[in-house]
Order: sequence, then C-alpha cells, then structure tokens
Amino acid sequence: MLAQYIMKRVLQLIPVLFLISLMVFSIMHALPGDPVGLMLAGSESGSVSPERMEELSEQMGLNDPLPVQYFRFLRGAVVGDLGTSVRLRQPVTELILDRFGSTIVLSMGGMSFALLIGMSTGVVAALKQGTWFDTLSMMFAYVGVSLPLFWLGLLMILVFSFWLDIFPPAGQAGWRSLIMPSVTLGLVSSGVISRLTRACLIEALVEDYVRTARAKGLPKTLIYVRHALRNALLPVVTIVGLQFGGMLAGAVVTETVFSRPGLGRLVVSAVLWKDYPLVQGIVLFMSTGYVLVNLIVDITYAWLDPRIRYG
Amino acid sequence: MTMDTVESRRTLNINPSFVIGISILIVWIVIAIFADQISPYNPIKTVAGAREAPSASFLFGTDRLGRDVLSRVMHGSRISLMLGLISVLIGAIVGTLFGILSGYYGGLIDTIIMRITDAMLAFPGILLALVVIASLGTGIIKVMIAVGISTIPIYARLIRSTVLTVREQPYIDAATLLGVRDIVIMYRHVLPNTLAPLIVLSTLQVGNAITIGAGLSFLGMGAQPPDAEWGLMAATGRAVLGKAWWISTFPGIAILTAVMACNLLGDSLRRTIDPRIRLR
Repeated sequence: MLAQYIMKRVLQLIPVLFLISLMVFSIMHALPGDPVGLMLAGSESGSVSPERMEELSEQMGLNDPLPVQYFRFLRGAVVGDLGTSVRLRQPVTELILDRFGSTIVLSMGGMSFALLIGMSTGVVAALKQGTWFDTLSMMFAYVGVSLPLFWLGLLMILVFSFWLDIFPPAGQAGWRSLIMPSVTLGLVSSGVISRLTRACLIEALVEDYVRTARAKGLPKTLIYVRHALRNALLPVVTIVGLQFGGMLAGAVVTETVFSRPGLGRLVVSAVLWKDYPLVQGIVLFMSTGYVLVNLIVDITYAWLDPRIRYG
Repeated sequence: MTMDTVESRRTLNINPSFVIGISILIVWIVIAIFADQISPYNPIKTVAGAREAPSASFLFGTDRLGRDVLSRVMHGSRISLMLGLISVLIGAIVGTLFGILSGYYGGLIDTIIMRITDAMLAFPGILLALVVIASLGTGIIKVMIAVGISTIPIYARLIRSTVLTVREQPYIDAATLLGVRDIVIMYRHVLPNTLAPLIVLSTLQVGNAITIGAGLSFLGMGAQPPDAEWGLMAATGRAVLGKAWWISTFPGIAILTAVMACNLLGDSLRRTIDPRIRLR
C-alpha cells in the first residue's frame, strides 16, 4: 500500500516539474525585456557592436523560435545540463553543485533551530496554558513573523559580533560561524512551529485516549510523551516541508547578510549581473528541491499515519 | 440563533490587536503623507557630519553622507506603503479575476488556471519575484510588479474556493434562469461575496509585500541611492555596522512596526469577518 502511494506521488511530480520549468522559461522570455542587451550591459563595459549582439544571440540560440529554445532548455535540464553562465563562463550545473552544500548546511542549521525552539516552547506553552510563559512565547512568535530577515541578521551581527564578540560576523569557518545564520533563518519558522505545536497539543490533551490514559493512572510524563505528543506532532511534520521552502528562500537574504558563498547569494548575484542562464538554472534547481522535500514529507506523513494512504 | 447574535458577530470586534494595528498604521500613513512638512531635515541633503550618533538635534543620528536618519526613515514610509499598496493591488486584481473565472466556470478553465497557480506556488518564497526581476530589470517599480505577480496564485486560490461555495447559492441559479449574462452575474453577484476574504488577505499581504520589497531593496534590486527606502538604508548601514549601529537599526524598526501593524489588523479582521478562513 505504501509503495503504491509513493509510486502515485512520484508520478504526480512529473507534470509539476514540467510546469515549473515552463514557468521559469516563460517569465524569462515572454516578459518584455532584452536578455542579450541586459546581459551585455551587465557583463561587458562600453558600447557593444550590433555584430557582437548578433553573435551572442546566435551563440545562445536566442534566434531560434521560443518552443525550440524551450525544448533545448528542457532536454538539457533533464540530463543535468543547465547551460553556461554568461558572467562566470562556467557550466551552471557545476556552479550550483559547488555552492549547494553550503546552502544545505545552512538550511539544516535553520531547521534544527526552528524545530528545537519551536517544539519545546510550543509544548511548554500548551502545558502551561494561560501563564506568563504562554503569553510571552505567543508574543515572541508574533514578532518573529513580522521581522525582516535581513534586519534580524544585522542586529545579531551588531550584538554578538561587534558588541559581545562571541561569533564571527561573516564567512563559513567552523561551527561558530553557522550559529547566527541558523538562528536568523530559523527564527520565523520557530514561531510558526511553536504556535502549531501548542494548538495541536492542546487539542490532543482533551482527546478520549488521553482521558483513558489518565484513568488508567499512567504517570503524567508518560501520558504527555507517549499519547498526547505523538499525535500532536503529526501536523508539525507536514509544515516542516513548507518551512523548508521558507529556508531556501530565506537563504537568499541570510547568505547575503552573513557573506556565505551559497546558492542564495549566487542567485542574487546572477540577477544583478543579468546572467539569465544562471538565474534560470538556480531557480529551477531550488524549486525542484523544494518540491522533492515536500514529496518526502508527504511520504513520511503517510508512513506515520496510515489513514492518509487510503484518502 | 436570533438576529441579534448574528448582527453582533458581524459588527467589528474592537479588540486590542485591532486598535494597536490600526493606530500604528494610521501613524505611518500620516507620516507618509506629511513627510515633507514634519521631517526635521531634507532626507537627501547632507545636514551634518558623517555618522553622527543620535543626539537632541539628530534623534536617529546621521548616515555616512551626513543625512538625517530620522528624516530618511519618515520619507521611507512613502515608498514602503506605496509598495505594499501597489503590489497588493496587482496581485488582488489579477488573482481575483483568475479565481472567479476558475471557480465560476470550472472544467478546463479551472484546470488550466489551477495548474498554473500550482507551478507558481512551487517557487519557494521570493524566488518567483527574483525571476520576474531578472527578466524586467531592477528598480522599485519593477519590485512592486514582481511582488504583485508572486502573490497572484495566493489570491486566485482563495477566491476560487470562495466562489465554489457562492456558485451553489440559489440566487445564482435564479439569475442564470432569468437569462442574466455570466459577466454580469460574476460582477454583481459573485464578486461582492468574495470581498470579505479578499480584504483580510490583502491586509496581511500588505505587510508581507513590505517585508519582501524591503528585502529586495536590501539586496540591491529595488530602490536605488539616493532614495530614502528602509531596506536600502539598512543595506548602506551594513558596512559601518560596528561604528554606526543607528543607520541600519532605525529603518529596521520602521519595517517591523509597519509589518506588525498589518499583521495585527489582518488577524483581527479575520477573526471578525470569518474565523474559518485559513490563509497562509
């Protein structure tokens, strides 16, 4: 049954990935804009001769009809060839793989922080409903979702690097340089996870099976951990996938603030350089990653909760 | 349930989050409108030495070009509020149009529109906006368009689901039987019924758009110097963070208060209008 479910979900993935690639391609090509002009303005100084423009258009295949260009892009993408960066003159795939690891480490750091803080504050807030801790953690979650990431990063650098001198302000040397970017990236998610954990646990605590466990005379901790929390955490699993998308997007800003050489910072440079094969490649790569993570989350969820598979 | 309770549920629930949210927002709107009159200095003129710490004459200090940070934060509200408003208008108008068409007609139109929104929602966060900027080029107007486009699918989905229930109402059948044209039904009978969720989503989205817009300006894709824009101001303060903390800090507080006001207001409106609407 689970195998069948996985098969179904994987097959559903194909049209989504196809549409994503079509979407990236259409936005880059259909919106009014002059890719070669923009690109040359960003990569070569001085005036550019019409011959050079023509040569570049030809070289990049921009003179072919759009459907032909799209299928070339798609065929390349399927075998892992995303073209060549105009600015860096290196294969886009190679550039992505070089920086991918750094972004993954950062996202994992952010996610770990978010889960650790979000779940623990959510559980305590649910068990101590209506106390000052509950109010405070909910206010904290509220401020968290309104905080601009880049500013939070700057504040942390100001306080922990310049004033207290605990963590390095930039780079990625050792675990100490990972702390502040992870907290910056994970704080918003920790607020979301905390609110959800609290709400689900409060709901679970009034379920019949919890009452039964109480009636059996089980110790409180056992009731909370084995019965209430296990059921309360199911919805939390599903939003981890969505939050991971937030992590990838947040990496764009966080990596820039903390000068970490990852995919996010590369895509920012690519946009500013008008290096559109690079933009196209990275966005396609990151969106595919996001869709895949959500697939894995859905499968995990189906594995944890058999009711889903029959739904 | 008596009419009385139905009525009282419909009246605006005056709770603290509504009052705080709308008060902060009104303050920012007043500052934006009267920025020229109330700001102490010209926001793009050098009025003192570079990086002067906050003092009685420069409450928020001065930036690296000796411009008054307080005056710049005040003028910055214009760009940020405008960005929130325009990008939300773009997203709301196009998204509502798609949502109504999708929900009202169903069938192939629905399938096509929904698959497109699926694909748009598969881009994590600001990546869709980045693709649009990469195509259009940088600048604050382009950021407004990019943020607007990236919110279209959120509107389309919400409005579609609302229309699906409205479509089943007897008055729609009655109008159809009377031979009223589809376009008239959609405009006169369907659209007004989507307004409540539309207002709630838009209030929350203004805050969201302000954060994303400021983030894009911070990355160098939006407002350009010497514009007074909150994200850009925070970015220029980054290089001298250790020496002049005030240059980046105050614009950030401005963003935080404006965005939090929108979130507080949006949440209290949601609780009042329809507690069942689940947005993000």
